[in-house]
Amino acid sequence: MSKKQKKNLIRIIVSAVLMAAFLFVPAEGVWRLLLFLIPYLIIGYDILMKAAKGVKNLQPFDECFLMAIATIGAIIIAVMGEGDYLEAIAVMLFYQIGEWFQSYAVGKSRKNISELMDIRPDYANIEKDGVLEQVDPDEVETGSVIVVKAGEKIPIDGVIIEGESVLNTSALTGESLPRDVMTGDEVISGCINMTGLLRIRTTSEFGESTVSKILDLVENASSRKSKSENFISKFARVYTPAVVCGALVLAVLPPLLMMLFGQNAGWGTWIYRALTFLVISCPCALVISIPLSFFAGIGGAGREGVLVKGSDCLEALAGTKTIVFDKTGTLTAGIFAVTAVHPEQADENTLLHMAAHVERYSSHPIAVSLREAYPDEHDDCEITDIQETAGCGVSAKVNGAAVCVGNLKMMQAVGAKVEQCPHKHTGTIIHVAKDGVYLGHIEISDRVKPTAKQAVEQLRQAGIRQTVMLTGDNAQAAQAAAEELTIDKVYSGLLPADKVTRVEELLNNRDSGIVAFAGDGINDAPVLTRADVGIAMGALGSDAAIEAADVVLMDDDPLKIAKAIRIARRCMRIVRENIWFSIGVKLICLVLGAVGLANMWIAIFADVGVMVLAVLNAVRAMMVKNL
Amino acid sequence: MKKTYKIDVDCANCANKMEAAAKKTEGVKDAVVNFMTLKMTVEFEEGADPAAVMKQVAKNCKKVESDCEIFLK
Repeated sequence: MSKKQKKNLIRIIVSAVLMAAFLFVPAEGVWRLLLFLIPYLIIGYDILMKAAKGVKNLQPFDECFLMAIATIGAIIIAVMGEGDYLEAIAVMLFYQIGEWFQSYAVGKSRKNISELMDIRPDYANIEKDGVLEQVDPDEVETGSVIVVKAGEKIPIDGVIIEGESVLNTSALTGESLPRDVMTGDEVISGCINMTGLLRIRTTSEFGESTVSKILDLVENASSRKSKSENFISKFARVYTPAVVCGALVLAVLPPLLMMLFGQNAGWGTWIYRALTFLVISCPCALVISIPLSFFAGIGGAGREGVLVKGSDCLEALAGTKTIVFDKTGTLTAGIFAVTAVHPEQADENTLLHMAAHVERYSSHPIAVSLREAYPDEHDDCEITDIQETAGCGVSAKVNGAAVCVGNLKMMQAVGAKVEQCPHKHTGTIIHVAKDGVYLGHIEISDRVKPTAKQAVEQLRQAGIRQTVMLTGDNAQAAQAAAEELTIDKVYSGLLPADKVTRVEELLNNRDSGIVAFAGDGINDAPVLTRADVGIAMGALGSDAAIEAADVVLMDDDPLKIAKAIRIARRCMRIVRENIWFSIGVKLICLVLGAVGLANMWIAIFADVGVMVLAVLNAVRAMMVKNL
Repeated sequence: MKKTYKIDVDCANCANKMEAAAKKTEGVKDAVVNFMTLKMTVEFEEGADPAAVMKQVAKNCKKVESDCEIFLK
């Protein structure tokens, strides 16, 4: 609680106690008025002062001014009538309780959300003459060596030059599985070093580090305003003057009409009804609950490793109807692996065995995947005379036999007769021959991410109407992946520029609705910018993607796309609930007030009660864990 | 040129009023008040002197909402 909040809480309590106590004091007339003015002034002096300032500055629709008029009016009516001052004090009291609650709730969620994103490192350790010194991360130059002890946050991006450890990346990615790192690995700032001591050579300045970029993004997120927010601030601008005018009409017109028809004007009744209008006219419940909902939603998403750049992005994300995926790196792992082994002679194991041996020293991605498929490669077979033929393959002597691993050209060169394979292939085919005899072939292709299929299903459940996949790959590979994942439309063989064209076509097609594009961000920046919602995946470290995207997923799990959409949808539902609820209750109370069914107590509920409920509802947007 | 200032204000509607007042100030191209983070981002017109403009912005904001504060760095 801040100082101001404490002070106001004391005022609320003192004034409430005094008000209750004075009900039992048998004072009459002026004495009674003076007595009740004490709690009224305790609770309302600042409102009255602000109202006076508002009048001086020609701000007639200032809330304080309206509250002041409403309560002073109620007191005057009470003086003329039977002296029920309770209502005036209660209105002021509840107004203050409402303000207090709002300030408390907003302060609390501010704090909660900044704690969620508490990844800012406070210091960096630098070794000087064998002694560790704590310095401001801002002062560390690129290329310096920093020391990160167990339990500390990595302050700046860099490469490990000594030590190994386990990193907790959950604050950045929402991923709870820790990551093993060792010498030579690149590490990003914001991760927590859990076990060993690490020496890291920094590769950027603090201001350019991942952690600074993320904090910058999150802190500025709610400055980009959504349509709902703009609607509400426009509504508030019209609402208050309209209700105040309504109050004026209500105070004057009916009594005049009554007089015209020769009846009792009943000024007191109508003025009282007009005063209830003024109490309801405060737009705060509306105005606070909408940005608070967005703020909470964005904060909650951040906790799950989904960074949303602004309320407008969240709104667009919630309305997404078409999702366009980039294939490689988004739906597929972007890493080659052996997906089929078709031996003609020998068995599968021998085929892999031979291929792995020949590729023993190559760092080509295909070689790596072949070695991975045969983990026992380091046996005591003798491998000599390794020769690489560019554009064809590799040959070597394994235990004296000449083994060739490569494409069709290579097979022709060694005179091995390639058998036509009955299977349908979508990946790259590697042929293997031994001493000029064809052994068989191995298919290597990019593997679909294990969660990709589930992600597509979840997206459908979340209300996505159309899924599209774009890829630079050949049609066969694209079709195979699309069938496996049940993607609706596939465009293959695209250059990066073609991807933009395809997305534009979708944007121009009315049936598509809001179009989101999800890519791994490495060469997708133009498409990310062009789509209604650009989602960059696994974007840690890719500046261009963070810059271009509207939503940044910290890890590359496609399930997070579905989660992001669910978070956005729920947040928007809460926003709509709040809009309808607050406007609805206020309008109902206005009508009831006009016909005399609602007194000031109900009016104050319409003001403060609605605000409290709307704020509590808004805070719900932050709870996204089980979504 | 864009600059961000810390502000202090109690209610969301007051923040909206400040935003409107800041936008109308001469030399201000655009202004956004973020009530949740208590920050005001002001985009100045070309050639405007931020210090002088901000003084006027603060004055105009005080007019619409007496209980507000803009912390000019």
